[in-house]
Amino acid sequence: MAWAVAAVLGLLLLLGSPGGCGGSPGPPRDSLREELLLSPLPSGDIAATFQFRARWDSELHREGVSHYRLFPKALGQLISKYLVRELHLSLTQGFWRTRTWGQPYLQAPAGAELWVWFQDSVTDVDKAWKELSNILSGIFCASLNFIDSTNTVTPTASFKPLGLANVTDHHLLRYAVLPREIVCTENLTPWKKLLPCSSKAGLAVLLKAERLFHTSYHSQAVHIRPICRDASCLSVSWELRQTLTVVFDTFSIGQGKRDWSLFKMFSRTVTEACPLASESKIYVDISSKTQENELLEVTPPPLSVHEASVQGDRRTYAVYDLLSPLLFNVSRSLNVQLKWKRPQDSLDLSTPVLHAQRYVSGYGLQTGEISTLIYNTHPYRAFPVILLETVPWYLRLYVHTLVITTKGKENKPSYIHYQPAQDRRRPHLLEMLIQLPANSVTKITIQFERALLKWTEYTPDPNHGFYVSPSVLSALVPSVLAMKAEDAEKSPLFTSLFPSADGSSYFVRLYTEPLLVNLPTPDFSMPYNVICLTCTVVAVCYGSFYNLLTRTFHVEEPSRGGLAKRLANIIRKVRGVPPL
Amino acid sequence: MGYRLPCGVRFPTTLTPFSSPEADAALLPLQEDSLGALTVYVIPETSPLLPQGVGVYVGKHRSAVMRCPQGPGDVLAAVSARVQQIVQAMSFTTDSITAALSDRVPMDQLGTDTRRPFKSSLGYEITFSLLNPDPKSHDVHWDIEAAVSGYVQPFLDKLGSVANFSVDSQILYYAVLGVSPRFDKASSSFILSALSLPHVINPVEARLGSSATSLYPVLNFLLYVPERIHSPLYIQDKDGAAVGTNAFHSPRWGGIMVYNVDHPAPDKALLPLRVDVDMVRVMEVFLAQLRLLFGISQVPLPEEFLLESPGNKGLTDWELDRLLWTRTVENIATVSTTLTSLAQLLDKIGNIVIKDDVASEVYHAVASAQTAMLELASGHLGSAFQASKEAVISSERAFFDPSLLHLLYFPDDQKFPARDSLSV
Repeated sequence: MAWAVAAVLGLLLLLGSPGGCGGSPGPPRDSLREELLLSPLPSGDIAATFQFRARWDSELHREGVSHYRLFPKALGQLISKYLVRELHLSLTQGFWRTRTWGQPYLQAPAGAELWVWFQDSVTDVDKAWKELSNILSGIFCASLNFIDSTNTVTPTASFKPLGLANVTDHHLLRYAVLPREIVCTENLTPWKKLLPCSSKAGLAVLLKAERLFHTSYHSQAVHIRPICRDASCLSVSWELRQTLTVVFDTFSIGQGKRDWSLFKMFSRTVTEACPLASESKIYVDISSKTQENELLEVTPPPLSVHEASVQGDRRTYAVYDLLSPLLFNVSRSLNVQLKWKRPQDSLDLSTPVLHAQRYVSGYGLQTGEISTLIYNTHPYRAFPVILLETVPWYLRLYVHTLVITTKGKENKPSYIHYQPAQDRRRPHLLEMLIQLPANSVTKITIQFERALLKWTEYTPDPNHGFYVSPSVLSALVPSVLAMKAEDAEKSPLFTSLFPSADGSSYFVRLYTEPLLVNLPTPDFSMPYNVICLTCTVVAVCYGSFYNLLTRTFHVEEPSRGGLAKRLANIIRKVRGVPPL
Repeated sequence: MGYRLPCGVRFPTTLTPFSSPEADAALLPLQEDSLGALTVYVIPETSPLLPQGVGVYVGKHRSAVMRCPQGPGDVLAAVSARVQQIVQAMSFTTDSITAALSDRVPMDQLGTDTRRPFKSSLGYEITFSLLNPDPKSHDVHWDIEAAVSGYVQPFLDKLGSVANFSVDSQILYYAVLGVSPRFDKASSSFILSALSLPHVINPVEARLGSSATSLYPVLNFLLYVPERIHSPLYIQDKDGAAVGTNAFHSPRWGGIMVYNVDHPAPDKALLPLRVDVDMVRVMEVFLAQLRLLFGISQVPLPEEFLLESPGNKGLTDWELDRLLWTRTVENIATVSTTLTSLAQLLDKIGNIVIKDDVASEVYHAVASAQTAMLELASGHLGSAFQASKEAVISSERAFFDPSLLHLLYFPDDQKFPARDSLSV
């Protein structure tokens, strides 16, 4: 019967052939680039940054596109349905210590962070935001469904679009942070599934969970944005970047030694490039401060060396191109090893130009003060910085106590946007543009009062404290070197993360620490105590009363006694003892 | 003693020798073309319209042409017996209706065919996936967009009144089947036996993913290009013979087809080998599987029947009608089970609060279901189907409303201590 049906259909298929193979354009092209950057940090640790970039030359919103190749289908459907223009999601565990490790390429706050720019044709942004966060929580197995209006804000100046944009109405932007979110293997697995080669070939082979989570800092992120297809920028392509940054600690992984290798870090080596990738490279940062001789020796010897000015510094990178046939001539697997030639002096530690710190002070459970310290260590240049603070509604900020001082003098911000909180509906939003003079420390303090929550709003462990999400600092830091703008397609991926405005400054986004604040907590054992006490009192009182009222007394006749008793009485009478 | 009824002829007045498909197309304007209706034309025994040996011609619209059975005895009875046969073939039977109810009403004596088609739903998602487990050896390209718009879209457009459809496709690399095939020396090829086929689907399904944006059931059609070391790969059925189309389908899930690639001799090989998939062969199989998964199956016809090919759309009008009849009955059964469950739930748990809009949805569902049954009794298929669809939408909305669960969990034994401590 099946073949009869097939025969019938075979007939119809011969009759009905698809039309128009001549004039229709081919399917949209897409390309994949993968890259790994190993940068030894001044403190002896090593940071490894993976980037996988899939670029899809198609207009997702205009044509009804639904045929996917390298771009993952789940994310493509999400972008078309919710009319998303840009999406940035990051899940991070740990904190990037800017002072000891240097300026990060792309920092993410502890926990989960999601910020999205919608297209201007979206009618109800809040509804789209809610549905989008729920679907992302399903795709990435993270509790992003806890994002609601109590932790979502609409920043006005901080999060400008990173891709192509012609409309920048900030009502289309939503930003939320969940500082309590934990990252684990459950989140890494769906992230790896989005890669076309999916941890079977190429650099993704190194992504094994038991090594990646044994680190001091683990951050995985997904960035989707529209970019120019070519230099003339007549049409738009979509770019999906998946980045993963880990920092291996010299004491727990390195056993105290500062020599690193791919096998030591990931317990695996690279054997081949992903067949679908057009470019697959490993960069190792071998730049040295003194420029006399190299500090770092890299084996096997690299095939080429790339120089770039990154974040205001001239840096040198050793390049291993996995697609070139010369690389795997000697051995079938590539294990990049880094050895220090001479011990590193502490003079090599250079402080980053911009770093910040935040803490809570005060005593008791009624009031407190949040202080933020921002350091500008540039010797002679001053530059402005935008500070974004989101404070939950149960810490009631008093904006009249906001004080900004620099070098002892008051520093008035040139732009302040403050949106007060509404209880149980909206958090506080404070955005300020502050000018940082050269070589200075700026201190921003604001006082708050702690609110008492309803008994159902406390978490199961209220004595752990409540988190305040990290504040965001965005700045265009002036650089010493003039950096020329390179073509985005030819330069390494880690240099094209942020669009560079001009060669004299570079964009930096820093996050401070999250804060942990104790709220006045009621004694949750009280209902149990009350029930016990009430029941005891009722039992004792009522019981006694009942006994008193209902107890009756009977008179009992003494019994004559049995035979044994009479015999005993006779013996006692004989002895002269009183009877029983 | 019967009476002779002259065999009626309904023809246009110009009588030129037609062939059967042309006749069918010419007669189309004469019918009212209402959904669910069938027209049977009776022609003389000796008419040259139908080829020799063919008693009935079943057209691709809602009509059939039959020869008047000549012979002794009651002509009217013979004609009506043959018309009965035609109606059984082209429209619903009691068996097909009971099969539609098999999900909702427990019945044991039905065969496996009843569990193959998808349950009635308001929409379906169809996903075509190309699995390439060996991208180093094969660089596979498929022109899926043209194939979908040429072959699948006309079929889905015809089914547009039944449900909403959306089609997408993806290519998955390094996706392997969960079963390693056996090497067969006799044919020097690799074999997947029929017993190992159920284990193939599970490992692949983790990679396929479901739709991120809609709740409709998904039909997955996979095209698997085996690895170079496992080529060629054939599927064997239960008797040990290789399946002609090299494909199989899983009820209520979708279908998988294995596409073997010819490799040139090893010394001439340049990896990766570029493969352009022959979409005609692939779409033949997928369309046949799609028809089976929707429950549009062939009814065994007696020998004198000649079936006209459905043409470009892949589906004849009377097959669509048959689907609509079964879907309507299934929808009404779904509505009744949903509302009955809701009522039983309310009896058991007194805590559930029914708001006014939920109540109005329930009333609407009941009214629509009653309308659907009335329309079915009078034979208006189109309006019956629409009413049953509305009834299903309303009943699902009422049953799955989130406000039903607000005060659900507050167990009775927790209420007493709280009340006690408050009163004292």
